[in-house]
Amino acid sequence: MKLPVSMPRLVGLFAVLAAVMALAAAFSNAPAYRQIPAGTGVIKFSFSHSASRECRRRTPAELAKLPPNMRRPLDCPRGRRGIFAELAIDDVVVFSEELPPSGFAKDGPSQIYRRFVVPAGERTVAARLRDTPRATGFDHERVETVTVKPGQSLALDFRPEHGGFIWR
Amino acid sequence: MIGLLRRGLARGFDLAERGLNRLAGPALNPLAQLGALGFFLFWIVAVSGIYLFIVFDTGVENAYTSVEWYSTTGHRWHAGVMRSFHRYASDMMVVVMALHLLREFSRDRYRGARWFSWITGIPVIWFLYMSGITGYWLVWDQLAQYIATTSTELLDWLPIFGEPIARNFLAPSSLSNRFFTLLVFLHIAIPLVLLFALWIHIQRITRPRVNPPRVLAALTMLALLAVAIVKPAMSQGAADLARVPSPIGLDWFFLPLYPLADAAPGALWGLLAAATVMLAAMPWLPPLRRMQPATVDLDHCNGCGRCVEDCPYEALQLVPRSDNLPYQVEVTVNPDKCVSCGICTGSCPSSTPFRSIGPLDTGIDLPDVTFASMRERLHELAAQAASSPRLLVIGCWHGAAGAREGILSLPCVSAAPPSLIDYALSRGFVDGVVIAGCSESACYNRLGVEWMQQRIAGERDPYLRTRVPRERILQVWASPTEGARLDREIDAFRARLATLAEAPSPEPAAETPTNVREAAS
Repeated sequence: MKLPVSMPRLVGLFAVLAAVMALAAAFSNAPAYRQIPAGTGVIKFSFSHSASRECRRRTPAELAKLPPNMRRPLDCPRGRRGIFAELAIDDVVVFSEELPPSGFAKDGPSQIYRRFVVPAGERTVAARLRDTPRATGFDHERVETVTVKPGQSLALDFRPEHGGFIWR
Repeated sequence: MIGLLRRGLARGFDLAERGLNRLAGPALNPLAQLGALGFFLFWIVAVSGIYLFIVFDTGVENAYTSVEWYSTTGHRWHAGVMRSFHRYASDMMVVVMALHLLREFSRDRYRGARWFSWITGIPVIWFLYMSGITGYWLVWDQLAQYIATTSTELLDWLPIFGEPIARNFLAPSSLSNRFFTLLVFLHIAIPLVLLFALWIHIQRITRPRVNPPRVLAALTMLALLAVAIVKPAMSQGAADLARVPSPIGLDWFFLPLYPLADAAPGALWGLLAAATVMLAAMPWLPPLRRMQPATVDLDHCNGCGRCVEDCPYEALQLVPRSDNLPYQVEVTVNPDKCVSCGICTGSCPSSTPFRSIGPLDTGIDLPDVTFASMRERLHELAAQAASSPRLLVIGCWHGAAGAREGILSLPCVSAAPPSLIDYALSRGFVDGVVIAGCSESACYNRLGVEWMQQRIAGERDPYLRTRVPRERILQVWASPTEGARLDREIDAFRARLATLAEAPSPEPAAETPTNVREAAS
């Protein structure tokens, strides 16, 4: 095969290409990136939970106005109420929000996913949740002291079928 | 501001390309083959990906171990090398794409009729990044874990998902094998969409370079192999959702913005949206002042199709004849695709300056730079030429001679038909002709340099007649920053011409339009 340029020039071009690719290879996993500072861990606060619907008992007069086959005693609107959730770490409230129901019709579960970077060591974590019409106080609460190791990721989920807040 | 940035970049590319031209010549200059290299790297990634997929396991437990198998002692020299090819060729695609985008911007080849190629390049950027990110995810090492959590947190910022998809990576127990099956599907489907987007991207150009020269391709493969052996691509430890992967070795080509996603996902989405809108708006910021597109004069067009062959932007088409002349087809111009380079005028057999009867019309012409005006300018310049040897410089607007006075300045040197050179020399208007076009590796109109070289060498129709003394022609392919080289080459050319016998004196033209049409047919 007749070469379009001399061999030394080809070697030079190879060197240029190899240098560019070496640079690409070098930046393909360096410099290192630290997502969280050294000596810290992460607590993830996340759940997907539906508040109960706010049903109302129909009056006899209202029931009488309905067709016989639709006379259900409870009037349950499609939409749900929001959920109020709170997370405190070492008695400092780091999250406190009303979580609206999801979906266009506001009938889906309320959802949350938050990540908190905390220093490693013993941390008192208090998770609270209100999913009923009550105005104050909480329906579910878990307060616990956990040991967060450096680089550890702890997930605090809410599973009513497992008794409320659970560590995963 | 944009103009300043463009000129600065153009200067940088000029310097780099001149160096590479000196080293390897324009044909092997990687900066002149960025698009072709992009396609070539895509095929390397595709073939190596198919190879790796044979032993890849899509399960949560086995994804990592199956990838680790590539790098084990017995398999390092085939699967390990293929893995490195897969990763580094992908990274190089990002590099090549970025350089290609910046180069086209710096050469002002993104406005006017070229808007289509620019706009269709934007989805290519998105699909390339999506392809790379889903690929990293599949390895299911610590980097994959970081990408998975950060990507899903980023996506969850958009109010489009019912349940936060980041919950899939909350804890080791929350991950399912089906998620990996979905990822594999995405990692195959998105590159296919990318290939389709690349195909669309090159639709409005003629003879797109989708394959680099063989020697350059071979050297690229060798360089990849060398890097794959010296620094093989490796995993970064198995993913563990009970831990935060930190520190992590990021791929800064595919993931440079991920740290921003950690800190402010909304800001990152805003940045991406703004960058996309900005890129999409650039062809009109401001719009290019376009010259009028080429027009066809059917009285001088026999439908030979040479202009269609030579048009770099697929702006010309042969259609059934619409007049009563005895030819089957005629040329039509798509004004939306025409960049008004004039290459069609240069390729038209009717573009002959030897005619003396009637107006100097040709089959296809630029209304703003007519063929008649070229000959008129030649006469003016010849009359002004005082010192001997007398020179006619045919200069491209985008080359080293672009801004000079006292030359025949054209949007592309290939707008000048070879017969114009013949006319200038054989009629004794000048003693020598200088063709000063763009740099060989950066022809503004893609094919102008190549066509002119082939016409003069007698390899492309219309040919420069053999009677024209080639020693009286100087071809200088130089970028706007190479004015000094152009001057040096012209001075040396003058000195050479001085040693040759004088050219004949001007004499009247004799050919008629009828003769020309017969010759063309």
